[in-house]
Amino acid sequence: MEKLISRFFEIPNANTISVYLGEGGYEAARQALEEMKPEKIEAELKNSNLRGLGGAGFSCGMKWSFVPRNTGKPIYLVVNADEGEPGTFKDKYILTYAPHLLIEGMILTAYAVGIHKAFIYIRGEYEVPYLKLKEAVDEAYNKGFLGKNIFGTSFHFDVVIHRGAGAYICGEETGLLESLEGKKGFPRLKPPFPAVVGLFGCPTVINNVETLSYIPFIVKRGSEWFAKLGVGKNGGMRLFSVSGHVEKPGVYELPMGIPLREIICDHAGGIRNNRKLKAVVPGGLSAAILTADELDVRMDFDSLKAIGSMGGSGGVIVMDETVSMVDALCVTMQFFAHESCGQCSPCREGTGWISRILNRIVNGKGRPNDIENLLDIGKYLGGTTICALADGAQMAFLSYLKKFRSEFEAVIPKHTKSYANA
Amino acid sequence: MPTLKIDGKEIKVEKGTTIIKAAEKLGISIPYYCYHPGLSIAGNCRMCLVEVEKTPKPQISCHIQCQDGMVVHTDTENVKKLRQHVLEFLLVNHPLDCPVCDQAGECWLQDYYMKHGLYDSRLDENKVKKSAKAIPIGPTIMLDSERCILCSRCVRFTDEITKTSEFGIFNRGDHSEIGIYPGRELNNKYSGNVADICPVGALTDRDFRFKCRVWYLEKTESICPGCSRGCNITIETNQERPHHAHGERVMRLKPRFNDRVNDWWMCDAGRYGYKFIDHDRITEPIQRLNSQVRTVEWDEAVKNFLKSFKEILKKSKDEVAVFLSPQMTNEELYLAKKLFIKDLGIEEVHLLRTNSDGDQDDFLIRADKHPNRKGAELIGFEEDERKIKKVMDAALKGNLKALIIFGQDLVSFYPDRNVEDMLHRLDLSVFIGSNHNVTSEHVQFVLPAATYAEKDGTFTNFEGSVQRIRQALVPLGESKPESEILMFLAKKFDLDWSYQSQDDVFDGLSQSVKQFRGLSYEKIGKEGINVIP
Repeated sequence: MEKLISRFFEIPNANTISVYLGEGGYEAARQALEEMKPEKIEAELKNSNLRGLGGAGFSCGMKWSFVPRNTGKPIYLVVNADEGEPGTFKDKYILTYAPHLLIEGMILTAYAVGIHKAFIYIRGEYEVPYLKLKEAVDEAYNKGFLGKNIFGTSFHFDVVIHRGAGAYICGEETGLLESLEGKKGFPRLKPPFPAVVGLFGCPTVINNVETLSYIPFIVKRGSEWFAKLGVGKNGGMRLFSVSGHVEKPGVYELPMGIPLREIICDHAGGIRNNRKLKAVVPGGLSAAILTADELDVRMDFDSLKAIGSMGGSGGVIVMDETVSMVDALCVTMQFFAHESCGQCSPCREGTGWISRILNRIVNGKGRPNDIENLLDIGKYLGGTTICALADGAQMAFLSYLKKFRSEFEAVIPKHTKSYANA
Repeated sequence: MPTLKIDGKEIKVEKGTTIIKAAEKLGISIPYYCYHPGLSIAGNCRMCLVEVEKTPKPQISCHIQCQDGMVVHTDTENVKKLRQHVLEFLLVNHPLDCPVCDQAGECWLQDYYMKHGLYDSRLDENKVKKSAKAIPIGPTIMLDSERCILCSRCVRFTDEITKTSEFGIFNRGDHSEIGIYPGRELNNKYSGNVADICPVGALTDRDFRFKCRVWYLEKTESICPGCSRGCNITIETNQERPHHAHGERVMRLKPRFNDRVNDWWMCDAGRYGYKFIDHDRITEPIQRLNSQVRTVEWDEAVKNFLKSFKEILKKSKDEVAVFLSPQMTNEELYLAKKLFIKDLGIEEVHLLRTNSDGDQDDFLIRADKHPNRKGAELIGFEEDERKIKKVMDAALKGNLKALIIFGQDLVSFYPDRNVEDMLHRLDLSVFIGSNHNVTSEHVQFVLPAATYAEKDGTFTNFEGSVQRIRQALVPLGESKPESEILMFLAKKFDLDWSYQSQDDVFDGLSQSVKQFRGLSYEKIGKEGINVIP
């Protein structure tokens, strides 16, 4: 199977501009700026069915089309490189091994939408990726691919790299914008959406690293080709970050709609030490967990949504039979409680409360009514908040509890009494 | 103009109106914590969630704008459940310290729990420990962050209204805490407002804390006398528990909404400027004759004062002067004008300030620290320093026999003019005022007057808005409102004044001052009326 982005992961020094140019790099951008009309690129993108690969899966072309063009304000491009969804490490690979692919995708986006300034918000913990990205941006400036009169055309485009400070919530696009503006990373109320009122109150295109990195391929080889790689309205391929109890964990670039079983058994080499598979998180920690019976699901946004989970960030976390789902959920909820920004009451208090109950259960102090209480609390955790953090926490939480209920029942002693309901 | 339906009732609203405001117009109350009509929308408490047909998720009514054809439900089972659970979440880390919490009785958690909660607790876990417990964050406000529900109203107030940005939210998730940025304190000129807008007991007023339980408070609508803005206020008094707070009667002042004057706010100087009502008061008439000082009955004081006053008036009216003050109500100034100028024919009746000019800003605070200078002006009194000087020079030369002072502390006010000496040269000196000052120590007669909290009347603010003050308390001791004192004097002069009430006085005023023509207390109402177009 042909590799697109991940081909560069295997080429030595593909992060340098000389190697990247040798592989046909910046051809799409140069050609587009010299010969293509911006509208054509936008139309191509729409037809490609490229989805937002940061997690939401929103149609990329659609997102661009919401941006008002003649407001008199500048339009900004913001690159979400704050890869923080547990189980996801694909953007790290792109930033480290193929940063020029991202820059080329950014140039194409900027040209298509009429943008002259971009900010890359990179996760603070990504030290090496940051250095590689910085080198790449400097190289691009030196070659005249960024800055004034790109490729000798009249088009200007500047790029600023901004490093985050370690909050998961700053990967939520409006939390990111707040953080980028120098404020606390509190997600914003929507509407208005960033396309209309984004960075510094201006219309803003905000996309994930991987999403943008596919754009040079689409421009070079056409939207029809790209759309056909995938399935239905899920165009092209995506990078699956496979981790956990498989023989060969890593980043795998596979077509949208590939069955989960193929990813685990064929590409990642199956379950480690010939153990049995117990559960899989298909799209980052926020996605509903799947049981071993659900391995035939196709790994595109629409199919996963249909079975009550989500494609998310493509982070596939594989758990074998040795994993206690009670422990796993406890750790998961600790994460969400730790990372909740604290704005909305249900998320701020709910994630922490659930996490404390689970902690008690893990410590052998569970009470008979805990599970019913947890299910009820979980019901009101998500769906009512400013951003999707609580929705993700809720989806993950309820899926563990419903699909592995017997494991929770098994660790709760039968004869304890709740003080609250006594 | 979108038309929508809320709980089956149809309403047409301006474009951009939020659901919560439309519902309010229909008389449907949606509970909320973070929403405040005077602040930006934060949308974080999630208490105001409602269902909108054809929308998959519940929506916050404080943020979502009305659309044509929208169908909103605020009272479905699901909405009720959502409110109950938001409350449950808010109370997860809230201490059950209502018995020792000063907010109890006016706490939105208590109120909403009784209205929208009423569930059985199922919390078995320990609460998250917050760092600030009863920490003073400035001269006026105490912070208890364990009680905070993080609605961010205080943060938005200091960001958007005072633009001083002392507050921030620190940490994340259920460890989030409201606090003051390092090295700063909450000491802006409007800091007290954050205690008003805090829906819970997290920010309490250090001045009011533990003085009195709020359910003992009686509330009276009035006007702040602290400057010429005339902020609308509520005087909150405690008379049910007179042993509280060392017998003080006024417990606190709160701002009252008026979008033409002060919106929802008032300044700290006004808020905490009520102490004079219960402290250093003149409670009985005082007579100083032949170096003998004694308190006397009203009748005796007035009798003795009038004996001397009438003699002087008979001999030389131009050797009598009266200093009125812009602290007096429109009614009092009108009666004073009528008595001293019209009926007694005294010429030297002048307006004189009681306070020096102070600070001013571009929000509420005015430099002129009197509540009724505009009213005095409309009634015919403008302050003229030359006229005052003329009177005082005459007095120093022995060319003035009698001086009646309404509250001004002349001695302190003119330190270089030898006022004490001047007062002693007079044949008759009278001080009518509510509180002791240096001048009241050097006059022959001191007549105790009521404070603004102890009388009815009107003030006219600097923009010409006539606003009512109402009696919250009976005048302390033997003190009387100036209007009563003036009527008492009129009676002793056998003048035919037939006022039965303040309403009658106001009628007289409205007939004699053209800007007040046609006005009545009823027309002035709660919001006041602007008499200057």
